Amino acid sequence: MEYILNPWPWYVSGPLIAVVMALLLYFGKTFGMSSNLRTMCSIMGAGKAASFFKFNWKEQIWNLIVVLGAVIGGFIATQYLSNDSLTDLNPATVVELQNMGFENSGATLVPNEVYSIEALITPKGLLLLVLGGLLVGFGTRYAGGCTSGHAITGLSSLQKPSLIAVIGFFIGGLIMTNFILPLIF
Amino acid sequence: MKYLKFLLVGIFFGIVLVKSEAVSWYRIYEMFRFQSFHMYGIIGTAIASGILFLQISKRGIIKSIKGADIFVPKKEKGITKYIVGGIIFGLGWALIGACPGPMYILLGTGVYSMIIVIAAAILGTYIYGALKDKLPH
Repeated sequence: MEYILNPWPWYVSGPLIAVVMALLLYFGKTFGMSSNLRTMCSIMGAGKAASFFKFNWKEQIWNLIVVLGAVIGGFIATQYLSNDSLTDLNPATVVELQNMGFENSGATLVPNEVYSIEALITPKGLLLLVLGGLLVGFGTRYAGGCTSGHAITGLSSLQKPSLIAVIGFFIGGLIMTNFILPLIF
Repeated sequence: MKYLKFLLVGIFFGIVLVKSEAVSWYRIYEMFRFQSFHMYGIIGTAIASGILFLQISKRGIIKSIKGADIFVPKKEKGITKYIVGGIIFGLGWALIGACPGPMYILLGTGVYSMIIVIAAAILGTYIYGALKDKLPH
């Protein structure tokens, strides 16, 4: 039981993510989480304004059900399958984040400095969450996929466009973490 | 009932991503600072296992539930949209520490502010769809 309650090592987690991809392909579908954002636009009537959202979203219901499951899975994992062990971060990371004003790094999945209600009700906090969401939503559709569609499915099927997209993900991520986050915090 | 299997896959996905800490903002930060192998290990072994699965299924050893070949759609050719879109995505990913899958999962773990992020991501997708024809691809 300890093995389940403690954080899972990378060499167990990675192959299990591939199992998710394999199961969806086995069911005749594909693994792509960002497609749901487009589906939600379509459901809300975006097809009237842009042809990009004119498609039969009912064919995508299965993927929305995967999303619903993911929410439930997140709940189950934290409520029933976790102990109070901390994320085993590099001590250098913890010190670095502390100098930027982040307390108790690794005690939770996301920092209170970004995600707590107290952070959310400040103009800066709200702006960060909205900006982050906008960048992810815009960028993922522009690039035609996210981590699941490009990094996992695309690279597993040895597709060059996905390699280019993943290189882009990393360029953007490196710029944000190394150059922009230190300016924000 | 036909959707039950997708619900179960989603639940499994959510559990794996929480237990692997791939939904941790800190893990994403650490990855982009090259301060830990953890995320590289996860992504690397996921891809290696994925390649193995697809190579086996390509030889017709594994068929889909309906008996058809396992099929991964080909991505369109192009460079600009992948690199520019990818960079924009990466900026957001590292800022909020969550890509689309983890956004939903973190909501389930009780990070309710994620609703704002998801709403903004839907809006971002909408903005892309509205501007699509004017953007270089």
